[in-house]
Amino acid sequence: MAKTKKPVVPKNDIPLGKAMKRDWQLYVMLAFPIILVIVFSYAAYPGLRMVFMDYKPMKGYAGSEWVGLETFKKIFNDKDFIRALRNSIAFNLLDLAVGFPLPIILALILNELRYPKFKKVTQTILYLPHFLSWAIIGSVAYTMFRPSTGLVNIILMNAGIIDSGIPFLTEKWHWAVTYLLLGVWQTMGWGTIMYLAAITGISGDLYEAAMIDGAGRWKRMLHITLPGIRPTIVTLLIMNLGRVMGSNLERLTAFENSMVRDFSYQFAVYIYEKGLSASKYSMATAVNLFQSLVGVVLVLLADRVAKKLGEDGLL
Amino acid sequence: MAKDKKKASGEGDFSTGGSHAISKFKVSDAVMMIILVLLCATCVLPFVHLLAKSISSNSAVLAKQVTFWPKGINFDAYISIFKDGSLVYSFFYSLGVTLIFTALGMVACTCAAYPLSKRRLKGRSWITFVLMVPMYFTAGIIPTYLLMHDLGLLDSMWVLIWPLIYSPYNMLIMKNYFTSNIPESLEESAFIDGATNIQVLTKIVLPLSKPILATLSLFYAVGRWNAYADNMYYIRTDSLKMVQYKLYQMVASASEAQTTTLSEAAAVTSTPEVLQAAAIMFVTIPIICIYPFLQKYFVSGTMLGAVKG
Repeated sequence: MAKTKKPVVPKNDIPLGKAMKRDWQLYVMLAFPIILVIVFSYAAYPGLRMVFMDYKPMKGYAGSEWVGLETFKKIFNDKDFIRALRNSIAFNLLDLAVGFPLPIILALILNELRYPKFKKVTQTILYLPHFLSWAIIGSVAYTMFRPSTGLVNIILMNAGIIDSGIPFLTEKWHWAVTYLLLGVWQTMGWGTIMYLAAITGISGDLYEAAMIDGAGRWKRMLHITLPGIRPTIVTLLIMNLGRVMGSNLERLTAFENSMVRDFSYQFAVYIYEKGLSASKYSMATAVNLFQSLVGVVLVLLADRVAKKLGEDGLL
Repeated sequence: MAKDKKKASGEGDFSTGGSHAISKFKVSDAVMMIILVLLCATCVLPFVHLLAKSISSNSAVLAKQVTFWPKGINFDAYISIFKDGSLVYSFFYSLGVTLIFTALGMVACTCAAYPLSKRRLKGRSWITFVLMVPMYFTAGIIPTYLLMHDLGLLDSMWVLIWPLIYSPYNMLIMKNYFTSNIPESLEESAFIDGATNIQVLTKIVLPLSKPILATLSLFYAVGRWNAYADNMYYIRTDSLKMVQYKLYQMVASASEAQTTTLSEAAAVTSTPEVLQAAAIMFVTIPIICIYPFLQKYFVSGTMLGAVKG
C-alpha cells in the first residue's frame, strides 16, 4: 500500500486485480445499497409484465393469462379512468397556474423588505406548512372549513356576511377551490428559497447602475431581478411540467369525502382503489405505467422547448 | 452547470441584492408588509384556533364561542388522550421507526456516496447508473406491493423502513458534497501514512462532513415522519400504523360520520370536536417546536440538491 515515493492519489489506469486489492473495502460498502436497490426496486420491474396479462392474485404471474394490449384497450374505455385522467390533468394544470407564480412574487417581495428581522420571522412562519404532513393539513382544514362548526364559517356568519355555512370542503366546486388554495398555501413559502438564492447571485452593480439612471424599485424588479432569476424560473417550470401527470394520494385523501368524489377521483385514488381495494391489478398497473411514461415524455419535451428558446434546460 | 454552482455558493445569506439601499419608507413598503403579515396569519391562526379549542370546555366549543382564545380552560382532552394511550403509543412507535430509518438511511447513503465520489474507482459510472435508475423509474405501486408480499414484509414495521432507506436523491447530494468539499490532498497524505479506505472515511471524511450529515439525517427523519402513503398500502394492523396515518384515519372517519377512532372511553369525556383538536395539536406541536431550528439545514440541503438538477 504505502510505497511512499510517488504514488500520490491512486490512479485509475491500473489492472483490475490491483484495483480490487486497493479498493475492496469500497466495493464491500457499495454492496449494501446495491443489494437494497436490487431487492426493493429492480425486483419489482418484472412485475410490470402484468400490464400485458389479466393478472389474478390467486393465480399469480405463472397462472394468469396473457392478453396483449387488451388491458390498455380496457382502461381507455373505462369511465373511471377517463374521469381520473380529466381530473388529474385539470387539477395539476390549475395547480401550476395558481401555485407556480406565487413563490416568485413572494420571493420578489421578500427581497424588497427593508427590515431583516421582519424578513427572517416571516420566512420562518411561511416555511411551516412545508414541514407538516397532509394528515395534519387535512385535519386542520376540516376544523377551519366545516359548514356549521368551522371557524371561517362561524366568523363569516357572526359578521353577518353569510346566512348559512359555505360548504368549503363538501361541495365539489367549493372543494376544488379550497383544495387548490391549500396546495398553494402549503408550497408558497418553501417555493421561494430557490428564487431567493438566485437573487443573491445577481450582481449589486446592476442595481446601482440602474439607480443612477433613475430606475425606481418597480423598474429594477422588472428589468434586473426578474431577468436575473429567469434560468431558475425555467428550470423549476420544467420540473413542474413533469408533475402534470402526477398525483399525490396523501393530499387527495386528506381532503376527500363522499360529496366531492367527482373531482377528488384522480390517478392516485384510481390506482389505490382499483389496485389494492378492488384487486384489478393489471388495470391499476397499466394506468400507473401510463402516468409515469407520459410524465417522463413531458419533462423531455419541456426541456427541448426550453433549449430551443435559448435557456439552459434541465438535462 | 457552472452558473448553478455560483448560485449555490451564495446561498444561506439572503440579505438581498442591495436593491433598497437608501430610499424612504413608502406606501409600497407598507403594502408588501401587509401582504406578508396576512399570509403569515394564514399559517399561524389555524393552529392558535386549534390550540384554544383543545383546552376549552365542551360547552364553549359547542356554543361556537371559541375563536383564538380558550374559554373554560381545562386539559381534559389531553388527559384522555394520554389515558387512552393509543395515540401516544403511535407517537413513540413513529419516533422509533423514524430513528431506525434515519440511522439505516444514513449508513446506506454513505456506503453509496463515498465510494462513488472516488474518481479512481473501477466501474464507477456503471455502479452510479445502477444506483440512479430507481430515481427516474419505479415499477409502480402494484408490482411493488406484490414484491413486498413475496418478501413477506406486508403488515410489518420493516416495510416502512427497508424499501426507502436508500434514496438516490440524498445519495447525489452527499456525493456532490464529498467531491467538492473534501480536498484530495488530505486523503492523499492519509494513504501515504498507510490508512485504509475505511479509516480515511471514518477519521477524515465524515468528521469534515458534519453539516451535510446533519442535513441529510433531517431529510430522512422529516420525510419518514410525515409520509404515510406506504402505511395505507402495506399496513393493516393498528399498532403498526404511524401516528400521521392514525390522525388521518381519525379525521377522515370523523369528517364522514362525526365519530372518532379513539376508543369509547376517551370519547365520552370530551366532545369529539375538542378531542379532535387536542389530537391534532398533539401530533403537530412537536413539529412546530422543532422546525424553526431545522429549517436552515433544509434550505442548504435543498440548494445542494438543486446544483445537479
